[in-house]
Amino acid sequence: MSAPENAQDTTAVDADGLRRRTRALLDARPPATTDRLDFLRARFDAGLAWVHYPVGLGGLDAPRSLQAVVDAELGAAGAPDNDPRRIGIGLGMAAPTILGFGTDEQRQRLLRPLWTGEEVWCQLFSEPGAGSDLAALATRAVRDGDDWVVDGQKVWTSSAHLARWAILIARTDPDLPKHRGISYFVCDMTDPGVEVRPLRQITGEAEFNEVFLTGVRIPDSRRLGEIGEGWRVAQTTLMNERVAIGGGRVPREGGMIGLVSGTWRDRPELRTHDLHQRLLRLWVDAEAARLAGERLGQQLAVGQPGPEGSAMKLAFARLNQEISALEVELLGEEGLLYDDWTLRRPELVDFTGREAGYRYLRAKGNSIEGGTSEVLLNIIAERVLGLPPEPRTDKDVPWKDLPR
Amino acid sequence: MSTPDLLYTEAEDDLRAAVRSLLTDRCPPGTVLSEAESGRAYDPGLWRSLGTEMGTAGLLVPDKLGGQGATAREAAVVLEELGRSVAPVPYLTSAVVAVSAVLGCDTGEAAVARLLGALAEGRTVGALAVPAALPPGAAAPAATVRVDGDGTLSGRITHVAGAAGADVLLVPADGPDGYGLYAVEATEASVSVEPLTSLDLTRPGAAVTLTGAPARRLAGSDRAAAAVVRALLTGAGLLASEQLGVAEWCLTETVRHTKERHQFGRPVGSFQALKHRMAALYLELVSARATARHAADALAADSPDIPVAVAVAQAYCGQVAVHAAEECVQLHGGIGMTWEHPAHLYLKRAKSAEILLGTPGRHREVLAALVDLPAPTG
Repeated sequence: MSAPENAQDTTAVDADGLRRRTRALLDARPPATTDRLDFLRARFDAGLAWVHYPVGLGGLDAPRSLQAVVDAELGAAGAPDNDPRRIGIGLGMAAPTILGFGTDEQRQRLLRPLWTGEEVWCQLFSEPGAGSDLAALATRAVRDGDDWVVDGQKVWTSSAHLARWAILIARTDPDLPKHRGISYFVCDMTDPGVEVRPLRQITGEAEFNEVFLTGVRIPDSRRLGEIGEGWRVAQTTLMNERVAIGGGRVPREGGMIGLVSGTWRDRPELRTHDLHQRLLRLWVDAEAARLAGERLGQQLAVGQPGPEGSAMKLAFARLNQEISALEVELLGEEGLLYDDWTLRRPELVDFTGREAGYRYLRAKGNSIEGGTSEVLLNIIAERVLGLPPEPRTDKDVPWKDLPR
Repeated sequence: MSTPDLLYTEAEDDLRAAVRSLLTDRCPPGTVLSEAESGRAYDPGLWRSLGTEMGTAGLLVPDKLGGQGATAREAAVVLEELGRSVAPVPYLTSAVVAVSAVLGCDTGEAAVARLLGALAEGRTVGALAVPAALPPGAAAPAATVRVDGDGTLSGRITHVAGAAGADVLLVPADGPDGYGLYAVEATEASVSVEPLTSLDLTRPGAAVTLTGAPARRLAGSDRAAAAVVRALLTGAGLLASEQLGVAEWCLTETVRHTKERHQFGRPVGSFQALKHRMAALYLELVSARATARHAADALAADSPDIPVAVAVAQAYCGQVAVHAAEECVQLHGGIGMTWEHPAHLYLKRAKSAEILLGTPGRHREVLAALVDLPAPTG
């Protein structure tokens, strides 16, 4: 890794300073004549990748809010980006965890190719027997010399078939209660014993994978955090996932409601009174949720993040499901059809993509992925409203003694 | 259309704190109930403190006309607090709807300015004499009162919100010169204001009958219709904030109760079946707050988006307040069904407010035209 290219630039890391540094980068590597990857690496080395990260790790220890200044300058200059939607798990989940818990070697080795997209990341958390109750996971990591030998099965892993690395949680001590016997690792997806199979879902396509781990050897140097601290480390990962989900800002009739409203306007022959009443209700609900998202964004912008983020995910799931269901019904005879059942492997998922039948089926996942609506309701009830938790019988019992 | 500001400013937070402190002191649930049983249309002592001394009656009125020169955003914050305490004061009907109607007249005219000043000080209580359930629309409502040749008014409006206890009635009427807005003193012998036994004990309605009532014309055909439309829009838009306050109290009290109430050896609020219902209400409140702020901000900014913002806020918040109040009664169990517990005051306010200034369904119909989602023909 080279030193920051403009390390001699001692200007303060305020908006003006960042603007100057960005222009220096653009002068040194004009986007029009620079290879995309070269540009991204140079941007990382200039500390302009994620300005709130430390110097030497793609950042300048600047306030996070100033990233917008850099992005605006780069956008105006037509600079290439790192296609953040394609590497969302790396950027949103793996990177903050590596930064928070990784050793210097791990951070130096992993963060740069993660950010440039040269190395794709996936997440090996959920298991067939550990969904909402993630801490019940059964994938075992057994110490053998300097290595850990990992056996188990993970599921709902997006990008596993493209990934070089995975963040992995596995049970290192089955004699401890379930939250305490877990450790957190970085798993090389090219290692022997890692098998990735597409997981076909109700839409016909396979966005996700099942990952089978059989005698996979992970050096202890790829552990993140202390042995037995994996649950706490995973909280960092998951918290960043929720931050990434909340706070979308869209125009009126953005998203699914715009699609069905368009169909309503264009196809008067499909209209019925019952559908009209339901459409208007959903239109109001969608607008209310949009405004709530806008309000959440405004709160974040002034540094007052509210607990409304999990509320937004719940609202979004319900709306997507109800609106897409209405759309299939509105289409009548066309609603009996489906565009294509071929097993596809989409790299990006667009909930508003393809046709109404696909949207209806895909939306079913919105209330399951990233925390089921039922679990989110518990979280709101307990953490936001302060209601007492359900009595638990699984917290202080050794994991191996829990009923499964 | 500029981006609406959906947050609360520091000044708005301060105003809220002052109003809440007054209401905590002067308007606890027991007082609301005894006031409701008193047969008075509103609590005059509380109104004096809130409207006159604190100056909230004049928030929507410019300084030079004797008001506070604030906007619908601040009035909305006052209404949130009034909703939280189901306060029996004529804030919505006088300080919001009546004031907005008079603001739509020519305030350069001495009589108009005088009336506005009196309303802004809270010395005079006004009410717009239109059917209580009327939603705002593109056109002013047809008048049910006529102007006779001698300039007096005659006619009947069966249910007027805030008329009981009002000093001045603002009456839209049709006459030889077309549609106009008239001021009528409620004390005139030719004016009958019959209080109605109302579902909402804290905001009773009244039937208004005018039989040759002397009237002062505040606006003629050139301004009256727009003034009435704007008054209804402002009232409906800000009612959403009152509904938000009602819903907030209901959720807060329900959470408090279910944390304390034990059955089967646990707080009942630890059961998922109850917890999820309260969390679902919280979700509704998050969106309700956003729509109510949006409507208040649109009104304050005089945005072209006012009709849509108001219709959305009303279509959404009315139902949220009712849902919250119904859950409040149910999740309180038996005590929630008693006269002694205040939950019923909130349920009655919420259900009445859902109808006042247009039901959610009427607002959705208005919206259908505004956003081009037409009903099937035939």
